[in-house]
Amino acid sequence: MNETTCFHCGDVCEEQVIQLEEKSFCCFGCKTVYELFSENDLVCYYDLETSPGAIPKEIEGKYDFLTQRNIIDKLLEFNDDAIQIVTLYIPHIHCSSCIWILENLHKLSTQITASQVNFGKKTVRITYNATTFSLKEVVLLLSKIGYEPYISLEDYSTGKSKINRSLIYKLGIAGFSFGNVMFLSFPEYFQVSGFWIEQYKIVFRWLMFAFSLPVVFYAAQDYFISAYKGLRAKFLNIDVPIALGILVLFVRSSVEIIFDLGTGFFDSLTGLVFFLLLGKFFQQKTYTFLSFERDYKSYFPIAVTKILKGKETPIQVYDIKKGDRLLIRNEELIPVDGILINGNATIDYSFVTGESETVQKQSGDKVFAGGKQTSGSIEIEAVKSVEQSYLTQLWSNDVFEKNKEESFTTLTNAISKHFTITVLSIAVLATSFWLIIDASKAMNVFTAVLIIACPCAIALAAPFTFGNLLRIFGKLKFYVKNASVLEQLASINTIIFDKTGTITSNKKSTASYEGEQLTTDESALLKSTLRGSNHPLSRTLYDILDAQNIVTLDHFEEHIGKGMTASYHENKIKVGAATFVGHQEETKVLNTTVHISANNTYKGKYTFYNSYRKGLAKLFNNLKKNFDLAILSGDNEGERENLKKLLPAKTKLIFNQKPNDKLEYIQYHQAEGAKVLMVGDGLNDAGALAQSDVGIALSENVNVFSPACDAILDASKFNQLDQYINASKSAIKIIKWSFVLSFIYNSIGLYFAITGQLAPVIAAILMPLSSISIVVFTTVCTSILGRKLT
Amino acid sequence: MSVIYVLLTISIVVAILFFVAFILAVKNGQFDDSYTPSVRMLFEDELVKKESTTSEQVHEAFNGNN
Repeated sequence: MNETTCFHCGDVCEEQVIQLEEKSFCCFGCKTVYELFSENDLVCYYDLETSPGAIPKEIEGKYDFLTQRNIIDKLLEFNDDAIQIVTLYIPHIHCSSCIWILENLHKLSTQITASQVNFGKKTVRITYNATTFSLKEVVLLLSKIGYEPYISLEDYSTGKSKINRSLIYKLGIAGFSFGNVMFLSFPEYFQVSGFWIEQYKIVFRWLMFAFSLPVVFYAAQDYFISAYKGLRAKFLNIDVPIALGILVLFVRSSVEIIFDLGTGFFDSLTGLVFFLLLGKFFQQKTYTFLSFERDYKSYFPIAVTKILKGKETPIQVYDIKKGDRLLIRNEELIPVDGILINGNATIDYSFVTGESETVQKQSGDKVFAGGKQTSGSIEIEAVKSVEQSYLTQLWSNDVFEKNKEESFTTLTNAISKHFTITVLSIAVLATSFWLIIDASKAMNVFTAVLIIACPCAIALAAPFTFGNLLRIFGKLKFYVKNASVLEQLASINTIIFDKTGTITSNKKSTASYEGEQLTTDESALLKSTLRGSNHPLSRTLYDILDAQNIVTLDHFEEHIGKGMTASYHENKIKVGAATFVGHQEETKVLNTTVHISANNTYKGKYTFYNSYRKGLAKLFNNLKKNFDLAILSGDNEGERENLKKLLPAKTKLIFNQKPNDKLEYIQYHQAEGAKVLMVGDGLNDAGALAQSDVGIALSENVNVFSPACDAILDASKFNQLDQYINASKSAIKIIKWSFVLSFIYNSIGLYFAITGQLAPVIAAILMPLSSISIVVFTTVCTSILGRKLT
Repeated sequence: MSVIYVLLTISIVVAILFFVAFILAVKNGQFDDSYTPSVRMLFEDELVKKESTTSEQVHEAFNGNN
């Protein structure tokens, strides 16, 4: 069957097809946007990409709070009386057409003077004339063309964030100085002996000294600070020998040029700092479009409509008090726990639980914060304030204050302790030896040992290995926050999964058919019948069934709560409850079923199951050898038998877990020495994700929000989780091998140092050589590792 | 005074100029978004091609009036 797709949004036109200028649209919303664009000469939008648009949503009254002065002030980036600048987050930004249309906003409204898109962050920065235009009008204009901005409580609380660019500055300075010092030291490398070098070497040397100053005192300052912090905490981290090396390099080189003893090691010094910073930069892979720090604030609205004596006023959510009457419009989030007063509440708790099936509520029922109303407006009465609501209370737990990185000893730091002690003993031994043999060389040897043993290669191994692996994982849709997470991932021995939304797929359910095979005519009739119904089960079944020729029914009738009847030519069909289609119901029914009869004979039934993700059983079987597995579910025990059949026998299944229970369960296991990996998805897992050693949030669409975590995994890659863990373990092996390699370099260097023959040119060759070979080794190894992953 | 001093001065001045340019570029946020500009630079051509009725000058004058 040929399906017509919408020219604007690309969706299949199901219910109606609207024609305009030989183009078809799925709804009036899309058509309106097209008309707006064509009036303003902006149809180029559709040439860049096909069907780039989104259906504009109904937003009446939703942004009324943007007239409140205090809220606007928090959102604006710049504000004087004539011009205002605002940066808005627009989730729909996804292609070049989006960039084009948003940067041409000034053609739609003359009041907008400039707009600039940041594609990575999905933001648009809009400058507009404040005297005749307002923030609300900007937001309404964007919503009208299908680019509704997402304004959350987080924007209100955090204000403007500063971008930290210091690493780029430092890298720039180190690179600049390194290059210049290299050129300046060339003449003396080649020992242009005689008069020429004697005449100019002083100029060259002092210039090198000048270039090295900003490197030592600005670019390398992080290493000194970190070493100092480490020493104060009585801990020899990798930065201690590095800082010592830099210091000794600088002091010895300065002394050498002051007393005209030699060239100094400024080339090695600047090169060392440059390579180290390069490693840091490489490791710092950031996913600008993802956030790993989200809490409920990123989900919650800034303001909500309060009803006071029949009047609607927008109110900031922190100002909601117990007893306030609130109006929650369609598609709005409930910000506080409350009681439903009136309206037809169909609430989607998928943000909270990961369960996408909506929940129906009657007037007088309790509704919880975090649910999204999906059918028309409702009125609720607040029974708690925002911070005290059931969901938000979770964030008062101390676990959200903790910094996981600080409590973890990395492999590099673990090795640096032994390394530092060894190097210092060698330096002392060699110095004492030379004090006896030839005292004039002793100081020279002491500093040479510290210089050559500076663990540049060791410090580079981990950043380059993990940095490269982060990139490889990123391409495979596994987004890891930082390198230390990868190291933690390699040490995991227990894996805990959430059930709903994590091991089950969000596509509600699957259905299996039992009974007499339907004929082609009957199948077509069934599909056409289901098409006419809005009942959730009909919609689900309609989506599951294979495509059929849709026929126009001669007769269709829906009996609410029972089922429906339909006929086409001489065929009649009944779909619905067992009793409705005239079938004797089995005594015990656990699962949801839909029965079908055609021409008054019973045909069979569709049974709906909780659908688990593809490859779940295989993944668990792969994991069971090396890990303890458990499933923590907030749901009841309904699926226990099903899961028992599916999963390895030793998997622990624990049901009825509240968000805090999950957190405590993980804490308990950690106290027993387990290294826990938690895989979850909803906000209710946020505590568990924060408490675990590594928390992975599973996401159907990484652009949609996921709770605070250490890594985000695309749901389609869920069955490859074991591969990622194994790859992290291999990465640790690669790092260990790089350590071996760098020890070899160090031994060669130490030979020169101890024998007192360390010439600047040897240091200048050996240090970059060891660094570069480590970088090449780790990059090649991780790329081979990455090729094995799919 | 040898020519080597002149050459040294020139080379260092040039190097510092580029360095300052780099620092300014970072400061102005040119390295913050490395993707969007690569898409943006391709727009103008298509725009001119599409709007054959209006030349680019007219187009800009139109914007200027707003």
